[in-house]
Amino acid sequence: MRPFEYQAPTSIGEAVALLADTGERARPLAGGTDLLVQLRRGLLEVDLVVDVKKIPELNRISFHPVEGLTVGAAVACAVLCEHPDVRAAYPALIDAASIIGGPAIQGRATIGGNLCNAAPSGDAIPAMIVVGATCTVAGPGGTRAVPVETFCTAPGRTVLGEDEMLVSIRFPAPMPNSGARYLRFIPRGEMDIAVAGAGAWVLLSDDHAQITDARIALAAVAPTPLLADAAGASLIGKAPTEDAFAEAAKLAREAARPIGDVRGTEAQRRHLVGVLVKRALRGAVRRATGDLATPSGRSTEPVQGGRNHG
Amino acid sequence: MANKTRVCARVNGEQVEFLCEPYQSLLECLRDILGLTGTKDGCNDGNCGACSVLLDGQLVNSCLVLGVEIEGREVTTVEGLADWRGLHPIQLAVVEEDAVQCGYCTPGILIAAKALLDREPNPSERRIRTWMAGNLCRCTGYDKIVRAIMRAARSCAQYDPPLYNGRNKARR
Amino acid sequence: MRKKETGRADQSTLTGGYAVIGTRPPRYDAVDKVTGRALYGPDIRLPGLLHGKVLRSPHAHARILSIDTTCAEALPGVYAVVTAEDLPRAEDRRARLGEGAVNFKYLCDNILASAKVLYVGHAVAAVAASTPHIAEQALALIDVEYSLLPAVVDVLEATRDTAPLLHEHMGTRSLAGESRTPSNTASHFQQVKGDPEKGFAEADVVVEREFRTATVHQGYIEPHAGTAIWGADGRLTVYATTQGAFTARDQLAELLDLPMSRIRVVPTEVGGAFGGKVTTYVETVAALLSRRAGRPVKIVMSRSEVFLASGPTSGTAIRVKMGATRAGRITAAQAELYYEAGAYPGSPVGSGAGVMFGPYDIPHGQIDGYDVVVNKPKTGSYRAPGGTPANSAAEQVIDELAERIGMDPLEFRMLNSAKEGTRQIDGAVHTHIGCYEVLETAREHPHYSAPLEGPHRGRGVAHAYWGNWGAQSSSAISVNADGTVAMVTGSVDLTGTRTSLAMQAAEALGLTLEQIVPSVADTDSIGYTEVSAGSRTTVATGQSVVKAARDVIAQMSERAATLWGVPADTVSFHRGTFTTGQDATKSTTFGELAAMLSRTGGPITGVGNIDVQEWGAAFGTHIVDLEVDPETGKVTILRYTVVQDVGRAIHPSEVEGQMQGGAVQGIGWALYEGYQYDEGGQMLNPTFLDYKLPTALDVPSIECVIVEVPYPKHPYGIRGVGETPILPPPAAIANAIYRAVGRRMDRLPMTPGRILEKMGVI
Repeated sequence: MRPFEYQAPTSIGEAVALLADTGERARPLAGGTDLLVQLRRGLLEVDLVVDVKKIPELNRISFHPVEGLTVGAAVACAVLCEHPDVRAAYPALIDAASIIGGPAIQGRATIGGNLCNAAPSGDAIPAMIVVGATCTVAGPGGTRAVPVETFCTAPGRTVLGEDEMLVSIRFPAPMPNSGARYLRFIPRGEMDIAVAGAGAWVLLSDDHAQITDARIALAAVAPTPLLADAAGASLIGKAPTEDAFAEAAKLAREAARPIGDVRGTEAQRRHLVGVLVKRALRGAVRRATGDLATPSGRSTEPVQGGRNHG
Repeated sequence: MANKTRVCARVNGEQVEFLCEPYQSLLECLRDILGLTGTKDGCNDGNCGACSVLLDGQLVNSCLVLGVEIEGREVTTVEGLADWRGLHPIQLAVVEEDAVQCGYCTPGILIAAKALLDREPNPSERRIRTWMAGNLCRCTGYDKIVRAIMRAARSCAQYDPPLYNGRNKARR
Repeated sequence: MRKKETGRADQSTLTGGYAVIGTRPPRYDAVDKVTGRALYGPDIRLPGLLHGKVLRSPHAHARILSIDTTCAEALPGVYAVVTAEDLPRAEDRRARLGEGAVNFKYLCDNILASAKVLYVGHAVAAVAASTPHIAEQALALIDVEYSLLPAVVDVLEATRDTAPLLHEHMGTRSLAGESRTPSNTASHFQQVKGDPEKGFAEADVVVEREFRTATVHQGYIEPHAGTAIWGADGRLTVYATTQGAFTARDQLAELLDLPMSRIRVVPTEVGGAFGGKVTTYVETVAALLSRRAGRPVKIVMSRSEVFLASGPTSGTAIRVKMGATRAGRITAAQAELYYEAGAYPGSPVGSGAGVMFGPYDIPHGQIDGYDVVVNKPKTGSYRAPGGTPANSAAEQVIDELAERIGMDPLEFRMLNSAKEGTRQIDGAVHTHIGCYEVLETAREHPHYSAPLEGPHRGRGVAHAYWGNWGAQSSSAISVNADGTVAMVTGSVDLTGTRTSLAMQAAEALGLTLEQIVPSVADTDSIGYTEVSAGSRTTVATGQSVVKAARDVIAQMSERAATLWGVPADTVSFHRGTFTTGQDATKSTTFGELAAMLSRTGGPITGVGNIDVQEWGAAFGTHIVDLEVDPETGKVTILRYTVVQDVGRAIHPSEVEGQMQGGAVQGIGWALYEGYQYDEGGQMLNPTFLDYKLPTALDVPSIECVIVEVPYPKHPYGIRGVGETPILPPPAAIANAIYRAVGRRMDRLPMTPGRILEKMGVI
């Protein structure tokens, strides 16, 4: 591992200036659970890590029933998972944040980092995509907004310029009769990278008889986490039935572009997309109808789709 | 390369001061600089939990924290669990349930278990297994570890007086 | 036979009339381990310590054309750089080594490659520097020129004529000698009993299956570590993470061409070994660096180095054929075992073959075993070496045979159970064993008859035999004036043997456990002791400490006799007290006599040097309930029971710990673990992320049933415990999966993807 320097700025401006100065040879450091591993393996070389955890905006969680949720990029998953507003209003985010590694990883890892690491398998990302999250990015010229689904451009690559950093992620306020769910498949109970993952969000009509809007996003089956447009669109106007879910699952399978690697074969991943999309949709619908509680974090079942329910 | 960084922090309740390179992990600093070799290196990439410590009470893998990041903060390692009166209930429970074989994962297990019991005094077996999934053990098959944590949960609730006095003798 | 259900909170002691044996005292080393005070290899710190790192081959198979270390040597902070040139050569010692020269060359080459690299991770050079980071930088400055060769990483591929040859001059050894044609098949053995053709002809049902198993690693959480320091007198001290200080010393003496008296090996606490820390890897390199640098050098492997460059166990290809009559008697069994040896010959194919049909009385049989080199790290031992793949194959075929005949799987095994006097296919004859008792206990266990309802759920069983081991041990017990004793042995404590040995000593001496102070000696301080492996320590070193204890009693009796002025043979020792038949008024306790030793002739030390030639085998039956998710192939284990004959449980908690730990390793072998390679011979998963050990969430509570069929030739009836439990899990789980989803698996690990493929879902 190439030796590097460390700086811990206390403002966004200071951080951006450091990144601009060092360019490609600097990286922001939040939880370090991906960055330090990559540096040690020699997959990445930097001269400077810029610790962003002392910047107030990056540590904030603020929720407003109309404006929605803003999560700073440096908020640890463990902190996020214990926040009562997040648990109440964004259970799918908890689904994802509570399965990134075990509690020690969650004590440091951040959904901001998960996003910036841009792994195809990033568990937090599909959950953010389906609820329509937006990233706030800061650079020398000011801030800009980027929809989460366009943030990752290739494995390990994002839209961030060398002199830019992720500040926070904004989530729209949850609508009545809406629900979201994220599930993944791993061979063990925990501690694995997703072989495949699926997030689903649905908006039901007031009588819950119809899906009026839906989004489906996939992990680990394409170079980046994938918004499966056609799959989500196929649900609009339909009743939330197994047939509708099956059709969406089929379209999601077709949208997936999985590869075979040490964690799974192409055929297995494609098949799992179908299974997980159905399970995620069932879970999302149950949440939309008030039927499936947030994982309490206290006696939670592992959220990777046990049996046939979501 | 610039000079080393001076770090001041509290480790196991004591003020410490040390010099380290920015790229040295907290695990390295604890073991190689502060001489606290109780915390172990099993993988150095966050997958085994042998390096678990508490950072301001939060369970973390010390291999994934930089030494310089603990400036002004509080770290608890396995060496900080017992006090002059005796073992912490979780240590005593592990001894009594025979939940230690080679002992290499044990420091991380103890810290992770303490982190759980500090938050949830009465976890179910399922909850314990979920929480402890980040701490690999190759010797025990986990059975006695889980029993020990359940036993500790019962005694943690009453923990204040020393429960242990002298080698291998529990004081009743 | 005695059996104890000891899974849950059972604190009862054994009703065998023992005071200490059968109780559950806290382990002697437990307090040091829970407080972080226990010192493991990586924890060793010495003044002036330098840090060593090893440069390893990135190629699976290549000739080394040149190694240029000049830039590395010039880096500030670097104190030494070594290559194979720094090892004494086998050629120079050929006359002395004779036939062993070839094996010695392989041993040297594995430490530091000379002409060729044979696997990714093969050590090529090493550096000692003032910090680990500088050492790492120095590695990058070593320039090695390779000429690449094609690699082979599949055991069957390697046997083909077209396969690239790892050792151009190695032929196949068999009873016919060594073949002239070079081959990757290093050896072939064949064992025949009776007339297999006749046996199969007599069968009403024949089942034949082929299996593949992946290379798996012992998975100890502590990496290999060694610290070497030379004295000005040319004596070498090595702090080694080893299962056997004496074996490590032997290896160092060989590799460094030093008399063993010039080497002291101090065994550190070991963070898991399971057979993988018998061979030394970094200690010799540390010694070479230390000699060159003039300072102590510590080398600690990284996790990926452990996977790439220590000794995993063989991946295998196994074919099994068995026949039985409709009445349920096995008439014949045949097997072909191809085991990967890794880069150099020496897989455990022989010991695998030795146990696969061991639990059964089979009149006709044949086993062919092949030891095959491939471009992977040289295999090391892993808990019951060679046994698990062989057992997983045989026990699945037995399950299928029972099903085809229409017999209950345990009844079928009981009907064919080996007993005392049964001759195995390799000619070995069973002595007093508990094979049938274990099967019977399993069959009567509530788990076996508990209802298991629900779709895609199944129950499977498997049974296994492991021979265990005896061999040499040395111990010494010295009496302290306060009535306690210091018990020194040469057995490295991997599993709690300080305590189980102390318990045997306490029992023999009539003392309490607290009165025994156990310690593990280095090679300067006790007689030769074989490695802690092969489930031998509690058994063989146990006999050694009992012998030492009896020696102490004999000497104390003589001392009492002198004190009382009576003949020594009139003194007896019972329940902690010495008395004499000559004078009813004379009696003294052990403690009282101990206090008088200095005044009555000086210290007393009992010695127990022993070479145990006979030992008891152990059998185990596992029962597993599991559920398969038919959409994902994921297996959830619902319930797991281990039934095992341990002869006598010295410390029931420690025994359970062995049963549970071995079972969970077997579960990992069955469902999650395996080295994955690309075509170029690169291992793709050398991390704990992708080489998946079971976590606490992946296994349920493991219920243990301790069966006791005491082995008559051990003073306390003990049989080795540690290895048997890793054998049955893969077959038990495979048999359960069959009942859950109707498909027989034929590969380990039985990953979700493979289960879906078998089910035809993908």
